[in-house]
Formats: sequence, C-alpha cells, structure tokens
Amino acid sequence: MTLDRDVISDRLTAVGYIADRDIATALWLMETLQRPLLLEGEAGVGKTEVAKALAAVHDAELIRLQCYEGLDQNAALYEWNYQRQLLAIKTREGQEADAIEEHIFSERYLLERPLLAAIRRDKPPVLLIDEVDRADEEFEAFLLELLSDFQVSIPELGTIKATSIPRVVLTSNGTRELSDALRRRCLYHYIDFPDIDREARIIAIRTPGIDIALALQIARMVAAVRKEDLRKVPGVAETLDWAATLAGLGVHDLRQDPEAVHETMMCLIKTQEDRARMTREVSERLLGKVA
Amino acid sequence: MKQETYPRSPLTSPLEGEVGAQRREGGKQQAISSQATPLPSPPPQGGREHAAASGDASLLHHSIESADGAIESAIGRPMRQRLTGFARTLRDNGFKIGLAETRDALVLLASPAADGPSRLKPAFRALFCATRSDWDKFDGIFDAYWLGHGMRQMRLVSGATSQVPVRRLGRAPSMQQGSLGQPDHVQRRDGGEGTTATGNARREGASRIDNLASADMRHVVDPDDIAQAHALAGRLARVMRARLVRRQQARRNGRWLDLRRTIHRSVSHGGTPVDLVWRRRKIRPLRLVVLLDASGSMNLYTAFFVRFLHGVVDAFREAEAFVFHTRLAHVSASMRDRDVTRAVDRLSLMAQGIGGGTKIGESLAAFNRWHARRVIHSRTAVMIVSDGYDTGEPELLANEMRRLRRRCRRIIWLNPLIGWRDYSPSARGMQAALPYIDLFAPAHNLESLAALEPYLARI
Repeated sequence: MTLDRDVISDRLTAVGYIADRDIATALWLMETLQRPLLLEGEAGVGKTEVAKALAAVHDAELIRLQCYEGLDQNAALYEWNYQRQLLAIKTREGQEADAIEEHIFSERYLLERPLLAAIRRDKPPVLLIDEVDRADEEFEAFLLELLSDFQVSIPELGTIKATSIPRVVLTSNGTRELSDALRRRCLYHYIDFPDIDREARIIAIRTPGIDIALALQIARMVAAVRKEDLRKVPGVAETLDWAATLAGLGVHDLRQDPEAVHETMMCLIKTQEDRARMTREVSERLLGKVA
Repeated sequence: MKQETYPRSPLTSPLEGEVGAQRREGGKQQAISSQATPLPSPPPQGGREHAAASGDASLLHHSIESADGAIESAIGRPMRQRLTGFARTLRDNGFKIGLAETRDALVLLASPAADGPSRLKPAFRALFCATRSDWDKFDGIFDAYWLGHGMRQMRLVSGATSQVPVRRLGRAPSMQQGSLGQPDHVQRRDGGEGTTATGNARREGASRIDNLASADMRHVVDPDDIAQAHALAGRLARVMRARLVRRQQARRNGRWLDLRRTIHRSVSHGGTPVDLVWRRRKIRPLRLVVLLDASGSMNLYTAFFVRFLHGVVDAFREAEAFVFHTRLAHVSASMRDRDVTRAVDRLSLMAQGIGGGTKIGESLAAFNRWHARRVIHSRTAVMIVSDGYDTGEPELLANEMRRLRRRCRRIIWLNPLIGWRDYSPSARGMQAALPYIDLFAPAHNLESLAALEPYLARI
C-alpha cells in the first residue's frame, strides 16, 4: 500500500509529528522506491522522532537498534540462549554429540535481536538503526549486506529469509564518515532545527494546555539562544522541557517574569561553560529582542 | 551542455512541459500502472560503481533507454535526455550517483506525485543527495538546471568541468566540502579582469616570498634534489606508520570470553567448557589529522609538505588531510590517489585556489565546527603545519586552539621557521596558539620530520 505524500503529511500531524514538507516527501519516496532513509542532523533535531512517527503512521511496530562502538552481530542480529543450551546439554548427557548439537542449535534456543526480529515479522515493521555512525565500519558493511538482501545466514541453522521487508530508517550524528556504499544505498534527508513557526506548533502539540502565544515566544527565544555561541546547542527535546517547566510554573508571558525565564533556562543549557556564558544580562538581552 | 539545446521560457519549464503534457494525455491510468509495476531492482553494486566512476554518459543513457517499458512510455525521450544531463551535472559537481538513482528518478517522474518542480525538487533531493554538502548544493544546481535560475553561474560550473580534466579535480574538495568547492569555480570567473582568486593568491604569495625567500632558498635549488626530498618525505610517512602499528600489537591485552564459540566447542565435552575462546579488544590505531597552511608565506614549503601529506594519507590507515589559507578545504579524498604526481598537482591547484592571506583562526573554527566531530576521536593527533603568520584575530585563534585541544589527544605544530637561525615565535598568531600546543617542532628539512616519529609512537 502506497500512501500519497499529502496523506503521509496529514497522518504525521495526526500522530503528533509536525513535519516540514520535505520530510513527508522523503518518507513517501521511501515507500515508492523501497529504499532505506538516512537522516542526518545536529543532535536533538528529532531524527529518532521521525522513525517513531513513521511507525505510528503505518501503525507498525517500531524495532530499534541503538548502535555503539563495538556493536557486533551477537547484539544486533541473533544470539544463542547459552543458559538453556548448557542445561539441555546436561540433561541429555550420554546421548550422541551430533544429536545434542542438532538439538541445541535449533530455533528454540535462538534469541532474536533487533535485525533478525525486523525481518521475521508478518507485518512490515519500522526498523530504526539509531546513530549508525557509532558502530564500527565492519558492522556497517554487514548492515549493508542485510539491507540489500534481507536475508540472514546463521551458520548452525541455515539461511533465514525475510518474511516482510521492514521500512528502515538510519540516523547519523556525523561522528564518523559513513561509507559511500551505505550512503548510496539510502535516501538522504538532512534535518535542520525547526523554524520558529514549526517549533511553536511542536511546543503547542506536545505541551498540553500551553498558550499558543507563549509557545511562539518560547520558540523565538530558543531560536535566539541557538544563535549564541554555545557548545551544546539546545535541541527540540530541550525546548519541550523548557516549555513544560514554564507552563508548570504558571508563566503566561516571558516578559512578565524574566527572573523565572533565566532560572529555568538550565533546561536548555547543558554544560558548565555555556551556563557561564548565558549570564543574566545575556538572557535579558535575548528576551528583549524576542518578546 | 544540454541546456542550450532546449529553448526555455520561465512559464514552460521542461518539467511542466514534458511530464505535464504526458500525464494529461495518458491520464490517470498510465500513472497508476507505472506505480503498480514492480520497481526495477537495482543493478548489482559493481555495475553502479562502474558507471558512476567512469561517468560514461552513453552507457548511462543506454541503460535508461532500456529501462522498464511502462516508464519508457510515460516519459518522452527528450525528458529522459534532460534527466541524464541532470545526473551528469550533479556528478560533475561531486555527487555520487549511479544508474539506480537515475532510474529511480525516472520512476518518480512518471508517478503522479511529480507534479511540477516544487514537488519534484524535494523528492530528487532526497534521492540524489548523500551528504550534508550535497544537500546544501542541491537547490542551486536544481534551479539552475531545470528552472534556468542563475544560468550564468551554472554554465560556469559546468564549463569549468569540461575545460580542464577537472571532473576528478573538482570532485575531491566539493565532495566533502562542497560549500567551499563550488563557489570557487564560480568566483574564479566572475572576477573578470585578472582579479581572480587564483591571481590574487599568486600575487600575494609572490610579494611575501620576496621578503622571506632569501633566507631559505638554499634548501630548494636543483629539481633533482627536490624530487628526492619529496620521495623521502613519502617514505618517512610510511616508516612512521609501520612503527606505530607494531607498538599497538605489543600492547594488546584487553580480553573477554567469547561465549558463542566457547559453548559451541564445549558440546563435545558434554557441556563443560574446556576450550575457552577469548575476544580481544580492538585497539584503534592512531589517527593523524594534518592541517597544512598553503598560504603565500608558506609557499616555499608547500610542495614539500604536500608530498609529505600524500605519504601520510597513503600510509596511515586513518589519516585526514586539510589545506587552509583563508579557507579550509578537506583534501583527503584527492590525496588517496595512488598516482603521486597527479595527487600532488591536484592539491597544488587547490591550494592556489584559496585566495591570499592566512586566516588560521577562521580555518580552525571551520574545522572545529564542521569536521572535528567526524575526523577526531580519542586517539587522534592533530598536526598543524604553519608558520603562524595569521592575518586574522589572535583571540579567535586562541579560542579555537583551546577547543581543538579539548577534543584531540595531541596537537603538534610544525613550523618551518623554527629551523631558521635566531627564530623566536613572535608572530602574534603563533603567540596565541603556543599555550595549547603539545609539541612545537621545526619542519624545515627531513631530519626534523624524522625526529617526530618517536614522539608520535608514544602517543
């Protein structure tokens, strides 16, 4: 089933993801061309959210593989259930080794890890491979193979073919250059920080009961903070935290309570150095500019 | 290029004209059928590789022609040719595009969603882009090619690629560092009467050389000596690599039990793990990031260091090379060319392209902002090769040095001037940078480079 681009866009909104036009196009392309989608962008712009929203749009299961340095097939693809295997060996002591081996390397003792799980579902799930740049290059090569064949060979068990082709979303933070092969295999979308209007809408939809005027003020303020020379630029998640804090404190207008604004800005600022830079004067200057 | 062949008016852009008309005729039925047809499966990786590498338009064309019948009927031949031309233009601008992408683009054109440029652009962008720099460049190229915006500029870009065998040349910088690479082509021509970027660089360089040259000219006398020195630099880089690798192997000791293999082997012992299988921690090799100052004041040494750079990138498994001047360019890709002379020529050309003066601070800022996160890890040594004559603000340089210091393991600053008699690091830029440097060493000749090696091995 292929959804039209506008339908995707509408459904994204319906599930609480305010998309820019282009991401809806990219998601539509993913469907049409059946290619994985590679998302890049600063930390905190909502790359992971895209996958979650996509799963909600298609009413599909989200299977997430968080990559890290040293991630290997055991953790990503499958693992044998060692405890049960050992037990089985003990209880069958005396039997022939071949028979035991055949028994303990059967499906019953196989533990599915995300990649294997993703290709064995009846209904195509959304497979999120998060921060693929953190994994080693060897793993990337292995991933590439899986993404093109959608089958897995387990030496003890044989080849397992995909029962359904998952929708694959990869995200990267750019800590390492990805291989050209992987890049070419994927569609590409660069996610930027949302513009003020979009961020205000995100705040409004995610923070129940917030004033739309306040949401707009917060979005403007955050946009101004992002322009400051900070080490860690606040992401959308930080904005939402801040909005929730302000709403919780009963602030209706940023101008009315500059003190509270400055105090709560620690929701946005995450390092000591940035904290020192974001002095009261700076926050008041920004506030004067935006509110 | 193809642009000239098709008359274009702002109202009937080729997209509207061709596809729009086709769709109106064929009606909905056709569009639906093209969607329902199973997508042509992408050709094997190797094939794509080949076509992309050779950039052979006729080959590409041929296979597009022979693509699915449904697509064929939905899209007219002129449109297919335009698309091929677009793919080629992108490729000329450093995009890595294979047959599969072009064919997918045809599928898109045939589908009902491709209704006019405003809807097609984001779709093509997602399809053709692979990196951030592609992403930034794409809109300009798309508008120029399909909508005729900024045609003059566009022709300049593609003109540059057809004149010189620059396709390869242009690709290297623009691939990683597109925002730097592309404007270069454009500026060079826009400048008009000889005030081009290249010209500037040469002039600026020349005037500085006059001041600096007399002192060091004896190092660069006879072409044979130069060639020999360059070869030595390359060899030196390789020797460094060999030593470093040996040290790592001796150091390996982190070990974990490999449960999967252990259990597998225990079967024949009735489940008692007799043979233990271990895993070892993979040690990351030292990565060397070299930032080479290619400004006029360094002109005497640039060729020599470029050769050294090539040796380093060639020999180290993990090395990245950057050249700066007033701006920073990522040059690792072009340095990976096995053909030394070609790589060095290409790099020298690039180095000339980057304007006069030296802005070390700004270049470092660009490095910290755009590249550091990607190229620097915990076992990275950053080697800056510069004389420290900075035309920018020393405060900026100090700030950026501090940032860099935090990220990497060691900062080595090689300054060819140290080799001069009575040199003291009095240049303002050098003064600002000094507190953050782990090793401040001379680099005016080969011995001084060789002396670095034991230091690098200890990192």
